[in-house]
Amino acid sequence: EVSDENPGSGHGQYLLYASGDFVKVHSVNTEETLGLLCGHADLVTGIQLNPHNHMQVYSSSLDGTIKLWDFMDGIPIKYYCWFQTDFFLWSDTFQLVSVKLTKGAGQDLEGKELSVVLDGVGASSKQIAFGREDSYVVSVKDVDLQVYFFKRKLLNRFSLSTAKTKGGDNRFSCVVCHPTEDCIATGHADGKIRLWRNFHHKKGYTYSSLHWHHDTVMDLAYSLEGTRLLSGGVESVLVQWHNESSCQKDFLPRLGSPIECISMSSDGVLCCTLHTDNRISIINSNLRFSRSIQGLIKSRDVKTGLVVDPRTKALVLNGEPGHLQFYSLQSDQQLFSLDIVQRQYIHQAGLKQSDLVKVAFSARGTWLATVEESEEVADPELQLKLWFYTEETQSFALNTRINTPHDNHITDMCFRDMDELGDDSLILVTTGRDCVFKVWVMVGDSDPEGNVSWSCDFVGSYHNYQATNCCFSEDGSLLAVSFEETVTVWDSLTWDLKCTFCHPPGNIRNICFGRQTCSKYLIGATDYGFLCCWNLLTCALEWNAHLNVVVLQPDPLSEHIAAVSWLSKESSLFVFKPSEPWPVYIQRNLCKEKILLAAFVPRDEPETISSEKYLWLRKSQLFFLTDTQELMTLSTKSLEERLTPSSKQLAVEESLPVTPFSVLLGKHRRQQAQEDTDLGKPVVHNKQEQASPAVKELLHTPAHVLPSASFLCTIFINSLLISKENKSAEEVADEVEMESEKAEDDSDEEDVTAMEQEDTSHIELLGEITCKLSKSQEKELRKIRKMDYSWISAF
Amino acid sequence: MGEFEVHRVRFFGLVPAGVRCLACHPRGSRLALARTDGAVEVYNFAANYFQEKVIPGHEARSVESLCWAAGDRLFGAGLGGDITEYDLSGLSAARGLDGGGGPIWSMVANSSGTQLAIGCEDGSVKIFQVVPGGIQFERNLDRRKGRVLCLSWHPSDTHIVAGSIDFFRVIDVASGQTVQRIMVNHHVEKAKHECVVWAIALLSSGTVVSADSFGRVQFWDWEQGTLAESHTVSTSAVLSLAVSQKEDSMIVGTSTGATYHLQLLPVRLGGLEKRWVRTKPFQFHSHDVRAVAHSPTALISGGLDAQLVIRPLMEKVQKKNYEAVLRKFTFPHRRLVSCARKARLLLFQFSQYLELWRLGSTEETGKDGEVLPLCRMPEHLVQLKSKGPEHIYCSCVSPCGTWLGYSTASRFQLYRVRCDEDGVSLRKVPKVPKLLPPAYQLQFSADSQILFVASARGSVHVFQLLEPGGCKHLHTLRPPSGCSEAVYLLAPSADGHWLAAVSGDWAIHIYNLKCFKVGLGVTPQPQGTRDGGLSMHCPPGSHHCIPGAGLGWLWCGNGGQRQSWRFWFGMGVWESCQPGPGGSHQCMSPPAASLRGAQL
Repeated sequence: EVSDENPGSGHGQYLLYASGDFVKVHSVNTEETLGLLCGHADLVTGIQLNPHNHMQVYSSSLDGTIKLWDFMDGIPIKYYCWFQTDFFLWSDTFQLVSVKLTKGAGQDLEGKELSVVLDGVGASSKQIAFGREDSYVVSVKDVDLQVYFFKRKLLNRFSLSTAKTKGGDNRFSCVVCHPTEDCIATGHADGKIRLWRNFHHKKGYTYSSLHWHHDTVMDLAYSLEGTRLLSGGVESVLVQWHNESSCQKDFLPRLGSPIECISMSSDGVLCCTLHTDNRISIINSNLRFSRSIQGLIKSRDVKTGLVVDPRTKALVLNGEPGHLQFYSLQSDQQLFSLDIVQRQYIHQAGLKQSDLVKVAFSARGTWLATVEESEEVADPELQLKLWFYTEETQSFALNTRINTPHDNHITDMCFRDMDELGDDSLILVTTGRDCVFKVWVMVGDSDPEGNVSWSCDFVGSYHNYQATNCCFSEDGSLLAVSFEETVTVWDSLTWDLKCTFCHPPGNIRNICFGRQTCSKYLIGATDYGFLCCWNLLTCALEWNAHLNVVVLQPDPLSEHIAAVSWLSKESSLFVFKPSEPWPVYIQRNLCKEKILLAAFVPRDEPETISSEKYLWLRKSQLFFLTDTQELMTLSTKSLEERLTPSSKQLAVEESLPVTPFSVLLGKHRRQQAQEDTDLGKPVVHNKQEQASPAVKELLHTPAHVLPSASFLCTIFINSLLISKENKSAEEVADEVEMESEKAEDDSDEEDVTAMEQEDTSHIELLGEITCKLSKSQEKELRKIRKMDYSWISAF
Repeated sequence: MGEFEVHRVRFFGLVPAGVRCLACHPRGSRLALARTDGAVEVYNFAANYFQEKVIPGHEARSVESLCWAAGDRLFGAGLGGDITEYDLSGLSAARGLDGGGGPIWSMVANSSGTQLAIGCEDGSVKIFQVVPGGIQFERNLDRRKGRVLCLSWHPSDTHIVAGSIDFFRVIDVASGQTVQRIMVNHHVEKAKHECVVWAIALLSSGTVVSADSFGRVQFWDWEQGTLAESHTVSTSAVLSLAVSQKEDSMIVGTSTGATYHLQLLPVRLGGLEKRWVRTKPFQFHSHDVRAVAHSPTALISGGLDAQLVIRPLMEKVQKKNYEAVLRKFTFPHRRLVSCARKARLLLFQFSQYLELWRLGSTEETGKDGEVLPLCRMPEHLVQLKSKGPEHIYCSCVSPCGTWLGYSTASRFQLYRVRCDEDGVSLRKVPKVPKLLPPAYQLQFSADSQILFVASARGSVHVFQLLEPGGCKHLHTLRPPSGCSEAVYLLAPSADGHWLAAVSGDWAIHIYNLKCFKVGLGVTPQPQGTRDGGLSMHCPPGSHHCIPGAGLGWLWCGNGGQRQSWRFWFGMGVWESCQPGPGGSHQCMSPPAASLRGAQL
């Protein structure tokens, strides 16, 4: 959904581009997605139109196949490799190989005749180009240019000097060949474009240079006749060079973000540019901007988090620098972009510029609060802005601007907005590193028009700790603010400190209130690897679990809370209800990247989900954003359902965007099934030391809640003894809660020690593990727990 | 304590004149260059691109165009309206002939060098016949309105193309009629300005290449009158253009100081269709490049910033040697400064005046490399202006600082300098014996008693200087075998016994001053080797010469026994050129005195 890895392959009417594992077909005229070519099992690395049939396209993928598609139908015609189009990767070094096209009848063919053409080519397809009438191939890498003439089997190699004199940098960045003449255009890291001629002579070769770009030339493209050369780079300006003359050039400036790829349509009427922020611009031949195909904008850093706009259900996050983008998940399109910072952004490294860091919506979406700060670490320039949605203009208008709302970085921000209480209930809370949280309220101005503005109502602090998180309970009566290690709960009417919770050691990373039936619980995650659930009625710790939670996200429409953990280079998802300590759903190894953000997006209408496993996804859908800015979602459908290449299925536009993740998930599942069959049913469980639960419990319980050492001694000694298996004992109903919580801990530890153990049916598995524990020990531990809680509540 | 005291002389404000035109010898061995002050220089490519001959300028003589004709004869024409032939052995402008059409903007010789065509202010193109001893007017070609700024012969000598303002025309030489007239300023937005065709070339294929003030280099088919290609190489004017003899490469110079290389390259590999492509830009000059030339192996450009740049074409150079080096000539290869060591005076030679300065001094001492504070600042003593329009050929101040002499093309002047507390007084020495001017080099002996004057035909005049202010002709030294070239360099030995003289044919003669006879005659290298410039220093008992670049020669002339070394600059190796006493080839360490001399 996010990464357009590869350039569009232009056609007069259709624009094709590789996106993740798919190739997307767009109509140039309507900007609509016409089709989706799916079938590759891994990232698509390159696409190329069939030169003999312009309705067909070849695509290559990291899965090692090249496929030929009839892209109007979205049906793969043949699976094979074809010469001239592409390159595979062999191990670590890149080689250019040619693959003989076999004219077989079947769909699935194997390219047998491979021959290496060039060694040591660049990894990007921009660094390889085919010359006029495919008579030669050019490859550039570092400061070397290689030309291989197919007929004469002649390889010429030209090297530029590596010295970086006068700010010059001769490294090649891209190469393109003139369509009708023997001329090679190369782009360089210092912004030069060199035009090489006479390159069949080792000595007599010559080049001229064009220089306008101040930084790396990212891509080049020749027009159909070769009279015009297009170049683009970090300046976000498309430059058109006429007749290889440095004096005649045209510019198309202000394209928004650095240009990564340029592609000409095969009829030469249009060209398109791919930008680093994941956007495709379609440009007329007279260098007029025509339209753009806009997915999710890739911003440098998503500081705002994933926020859902309550009105449009759009995902809101950082877009272009200083802008807030509203991204419609249903249509995979940007709805609009709101300029928050309202300052010209300058593309220059090392320049400290203001950017948007926090954003919050009121419950009905009428108010929007944004925080922007300059990139200065020591003395940030802060601004809090409040925007009001006006129905007339259908957009947000700036209502109040507060300079320096806090003396240091703002860490969190939330609204209280109760439908039943009306506008009076609207409160904004900000927490800052200057050790206070501030409550902002609306005040009516004295002028007759009844304008309102915002001002500070209350400043709270707690022991001069830095305030890190804040959130309101569902009914708005309580505000929880975390101060480093402590969570404080405040009455939102009187601003009295009601109670505090803490779970040392470790600072609180995330907090949230439970919803609906679970609204009496407060959930907190510490950066020491604990997930805690406190009961607000008893002011006691209900349960805790050892889990390194990175993201804690409550579903606004149900009582479910999603927690994403990050453990040894993989992210795992746990969905649970605060009232029950065992998770509703576990997905281990969600992805290899670190998941930074998550959001529940309410569905328009509840989906009918057959699988019980996914019942929690009925009302809303969960989205993740990884550190590589890929947006993923959990899909309830199986991979087979999605990938069945039937024209019928393609004709009906899928309501859910298909994402790399869902494919990954499917693959993973399939792989697991295989593993299961390979290993046979009895999955070997690591017979861990029986004592470990007791010892762990002992070590993980905070010191101030531990009973006296004399009491613990017997348990510890007991744990060292060889236990007797006692499976006959039935579990008591009121003990389930404790058990499964512990089981979750256990499974976590297993995850560390024995990673190969994938639990597909976690609930059953957890049961198994608990059965293995000796009942006597567990009883002892339970006693300890009981004691703890009473002690806390007494406190 | 350092061994030497080094003066940083920053008060010699010489501003070299800009390069106006270049002419490459058809055989590619020599390059003639004219500067805006009318000076003409000849560089010898074979001798390491040494500035071989310099003909000082003249106020009234501007040179707009130079060309080689009839072998090694050099002609120049300028806005004075005269065509001048240069006497390269006598280093003077020999004969002038009025072109008869007002100021001459351009002059080109035909391929055989027998005819000269000039383009004049009045729009006429005239043909002159090169005859022995001069040139002869032959005929007028078709005259049209508008000054003719540039001309080019067709290699077969049948047509001449003449560039003018806004148009160029092709003239049939046999009939003298204009056969085609092409406007160059069509379809240009700037058409309200006039478009000056600054340079033009007619290729053997019939293509006319024009370079104009709109920054374009255009290729025309003159028979059809159509534009074949147009390259806008610059936003400013293209001022000069030169095509290689093979017509596959050309260089253009622009008014921004950039030069561009254009090459005729095949459009498709192995195909027959070829096209001119602008390839490499060079930015060697700071502003206007008024003159370019294309030798078989190098691109040559000269700008109004007085630089001459020779950029070798790497693909034409066979191996990495001297020819593969980028050369920039900013300063003349001549001696413009003379020093009176005892009196601590410096004499600077400018084109039309001399300046005498006293060096600053210090009383402090310090370590090597230390900068010492001056207790007495350098002092400008006197400025001596030469009368008349002629530029100064040479000048010299005597070691004692009391005599000063200079020479122009027609006059030789000697002055007595008196420096005392009141100031400086200059008194002209009366009754200087009449000589055949000009003097090419002046040199005082070490004891300031004798003045040597280098003159034409290899002769050196010896004058005795008399107190309080007079001089007497003692003798004229001539090489025994006779010589047609003038003497360029003189060097007396410190003990006053010997005098070395070098003439334009590279012969070195060492005269014994006791008996005024030739002690030694050496021709240091056979013709064709690449040694060039010579300066000379004679410590007692040994003589050696230091050519301008690359390597030096050293002779030890004691007791008639000749020993010669070659000194490779940059390598620091002395190498014996002649077999040692035992017939073996030895490397010998030279006398320390001469080594120091070499370092000077």
